[in-house]
Amino acid sequence: MNVAGKISPMALADRAKRAAKVAAEFADQVDKEGRFPAEGMEALKQERLLGVMIAPENGGEGASLIEVADICTILGQACSATAMTYAMHQIQIASLADHAIGSEWHANFQRRICDEQLLIASATSEAGIGGNLRNSLCAIEEEGGIARLEKDATVISYGANSDAIMVTSRRHPDAAHSDQVATVFLKDQFTLERTTVWDTLGMRGTCSDGFIFKAEAPAEQILPRPFAEIAAQSMLAVSHLLWGALWYGIAADAFARAQSFVKAAARKTPGQVPPGALRLSEASSLLQLVKANVVAGLKQFDECKGNEDALNAMSFSVAMNNVKIGTSQTILTIINHCMLICGIAGYKNGTPFSLGRHLRDAHSAQLMISNDRILGNTSTMLLVNKQDTSLLG
Amino acid sequence: MNDTIRGLLAKHGNLPVAVTDVADAADLYDAGLSSFASVQVMLALEEEFDIEFPEHLLNRKSFSSIEAIEGAVSEILEEQAA
Repeated sequence: MNVAGKISPMALADRAKRAAKVAAEFADQVDKEGRFPAEGMEALKQERLLGVMIAPENGGEGASLIEVADICTILGQACSATAMTYAMHQIQIASLADHAIGSEWHANFQRRICDEQLLIASATSEAGIGGNLRNSLCAIEEEGGIARLEKDATVISYGANSDAIMVTSRRHPDAAHSDQVATVFLKDQFTLERTTVWDTLGMRGTCSDGFIFKAEAPAEQILPRPFAEIAAQSMLAVSHLLWGALWYGIAADAFARAQSFVKAAARKTPGQVPPGALRLSEASSLLQLVKANVVAGLKQFDECKGNEDALNAMSFSVAMNNVKIGTSQTILTIINHCMLICGIAGYKNGTPFSLGRHLRDAHSAQLMISNDRILGNTSTMLLVNKQDTSLLG
Repeated sequence: MNDTIRGLLAKHGNLPVAVTDVADAADLYDAGLSSFASVQVMLALEEEFDIEFPEHLLNRKSFSSIEAIEGAVSEILEEQAA
């Protein structure tokens, strides 16, 4: 936290809570219609929360990832589509803030994000590659200082509503699939031709349609550092942590609903413990596990931040992967417990105890970067990396 | 040692290019080395040199180039000899 842009975590959380109130009002509608959470995102802009993680010298407030994760949890309790859009935007911000140092264009761009509260999307998935972030088929073609790119992007979350998109590609047409760069393209520099529509079980408001992305921009908009470094040192860890924080938020809201259900039952039958009470305490224990997992991950990230060796260490990747696996699996168990507690009132839409949206949204957690893929990566690393068995280390 | 490392890279590195075309200082990840393959090479090195990579060398940097691998293996061998 710096002196110039001094802002207390409470102040950020208060602003997030005001935005969350708006987002919550439209959460069911956004889910039902599968539309962009426009009201929630507009409220976040009004609270000027889009550029908070950017350094003060570039117009931001220098907020830490822990503070941004707290905002994600607050939003997750209100509207998961707003929370996920905000989290994905912040993942791009983290990459820019930490990996575009020394580039004047990117410094100016960060100032614009703060001034104009721009929303940044990302295009990493590609037809023929699937979800493997660290591979690209498409390549930047550079000529006379102009970078051209065409990408068959299978998923660009809120792409049609974004002000800029950060796109991964091979560095040049002769580069290996893993020799990637990330480039920022502004809204007036790209066209999107929709190829698939995001009609899904849950997380319906992220509008993660597929597009043929075509763009042309000055080559200075390519991030100076290789994407391999950005992915390893920032993107993967920040994704797991911010997603974990908002998933915790979804489960926490489900828990709050189940708790009020049990409380209402207890009031009606004084002297008797309602049948759902025991299961509620089980869910409480699981919720605490999820919280502890996310907070421990955030603390570890905070301790490693700025230390390239620590961020590149296998043990760090294993720990971040474990945060993702643990949270994404456990929230499903928690929300299922809450459903058993609330019964038909939880199963039905439109009651104060409705949990259908929570359960459907939570199912996306184990799929966005497939848990099987992550477990596969971790198992490879565990062939050589010794698990940290200490309590505090 | 350089030849042994190159031999193991050729066998386990699954590189899209010939190892002979990769300079000692060239970035192996840029040349197409995946994280899975890097672990396979690491296991092969452990077997070949009868060593174990310690925690502080289990990072991307140790495997960023043939030079870096040579440095890491030498460091472990020296530590074991001491």
